[in-house]
Amino acid sequence: MKALVIVEHNNKSIKTSTFSTITAASQICDSVDALIVGNQLQEAVDEIKKADDLKKIYVIDKDGLHNPIAENLSTHILAFLKTKDEYTHVLTPSSTFGKNLSPKIATKLDIQQISDIIKVCDSDTFERPIYAGNAIAKVKSNEKIKILTVRPTCFEPCGLTSNVEVENVNLEGVDLSSVSFVAYDESKSDRPELTSAKVIISGGRGMQNGDNFKLLEGIADKLGAAMGASRAAVDAGFVPNDWQVGQTGKIVAPDLYVAVGISGAIQHIAGIKDSKFIASINKDEEAPIFKFSDYGLVADLFEILPELEKKL
Amino acid sequence: MKALVCVKRVIDYNVKIRVKTDKSGVETENVKMSMNPFDEIAVEEAVKLKEKGVIDEIIVLSIGAETSQETIRTGLAMGGDRGVLVKTNGQEIDPLNVGKIIKSIFDKESPDMVILGKQAIDDDCNQTGQILSSLLDCHQATFASKVEVNDDKTINVTREVDGGLETIKISIPCVITTDLRLNEPRYASLPNIMKAKQKKIDIVDINELNIDIKRRVETIEVNEPPERKPGVIVNDVDSLIDKLKNEANVI
Repeated sequence: MKALVIVEHNNKSIKTSTFSTITAASQICDSVDALIVGNQLQEAVDEIKKADDLKKIYVIDKDGLHNPIAENLSTHILAFLKTKDEYTHVLTPSSTFGKNLSPKIATKLDIQQISDIIKVCDSDTFERPIYAGNAIAKVKSNEKIKILTVRPTCFEPCGLTSNVEVENVNLEGVDLSSVSFVAYDESKSDRPELTSAKVIISGGRGMQNGDNFKLLEGIADKLGAAMGASRAAVDAGFVPNDWQVGQTGKIVAPDLYVAVGISGAIQHIAGIKDSKFIASINKDEEAPIFKFSDYGLVADLFEILPELEKKL
Repeated sequence: MKALVCVKRVIDYNVKIRVKTDKSGVETENVKMSMNPFDEIAVEEAVKLKEKGVIDEIIVLSIGAETSQETIRTGLAMGGDRGVLVKTNGQEIDPLNVGKIIKSIFDKESPDMVILGKQAIDDDCNQTGQILSSLLDCHQATFASKVEVNDDKTINVTREVDGGLETIKISIPCVITTDLRLNEPRYASLPNIMKAKQKKIDIVDINELNIDIKRRVETIEVNEPPERKPGVIVNDVDSLIDKLKNEANVI
């Protein structure tokens, strides 16, 4: 058995999700290769070369592949796979990059992908969350090639102490799609992204208005935390939609999740339950959030937050 | 232009789901069902484009048992023009086969765009739109947070990607999957709910489509996630900081 990991990168550096995906692949197969597709990849290749657990790295470096257009990446990956028939598993991180891309590869091979695996049981059986993690399904693929996306937060990144062999691949006759890339606006926030943050502090309806979210900012700064919100706070217009954590928002798994003025609706809990530690501050001691919290503080957040900021 | 909007009937997002005792799946009997929230956003976007005069017909498609007609009616009450139900026995169908079923309806109806949720909140697969565009060999724009149709019928779609927003320009026919920020779905008014009852829903038996819907990924068992162990209530900020620092080691 042999696995191929599709590398997520921005042409300059490798996304950590890739290193976690390599770990997942190495739990399935003894032999793991990686394929990186992009343009002017030298720096990125130098970085992925260090990944432990890789046998070989294939590079497709071509004009027109700078932006991660799924149509272009998938045709090149499929053309590469046509030249190699030894892969039994193809794994991609379950980030927006992988979610956008991997099903296209699977469909063209007439294979049913398994999304978002969180555990490897054996070479064809995996666990994946359903209902936003409120249930865990153990699923078995009967397909000849297993095409998987991997939830990065569930696998430790591989070590980076190696010097892996690199081979450039020249693919002739693979056309580029007519999808055109217009712009990429990187989030301007100095804070980490919600889905990859180690610490998150979120506010709920208890914050009472958008201005009061400033009370969380100083704490977020001190903790290097991302900021989030419950659906109730978003629906009330306190903060933008992209702050929403929960079943229909972002699913997060930080080391520490701090819930402030959040009651703990089912749909919110569904998005945070993979956090290592949950701490919550709420003045209602009956709030359901306390049942899911490692540490609870029953108090008025308007008194507590300034004190917390000062003492951190 | 004509839009095909795909909607899935799922357990309402506010319901606390229960895993069946025989571990075969999740209890759906006597549970409140609703339209998948991401599909509601898809319907809303199609209705908005119709209000702008970009789209002239909206077809609301669902795949499922007879009861999925209710979900289609919800879409019609929001502003869809007519419905199509591909009727099944209510069994689970792999996303790849869902894609093939939608394609067969696409081939019959020839819409200019297909709009659907980025994922269903039951199986959380996040695949169907990508599969469909691959089967149709047409452009895809997933995780849309903004859709602008240009005069030449190309479409600029802003996509929510990790770390920011990406804008791409695609041509019709195309598949667009919706993310949360795209819009806020409207509530259907009572007169519109009444009107929706008169709108037509065509029913197609799944067997007429000659698509093998045998599952290719088997569910071995479904379990409750590991329980979080009960925590402690601390008395003040100092003890909270102490616990986070010295017990959890997370700050």
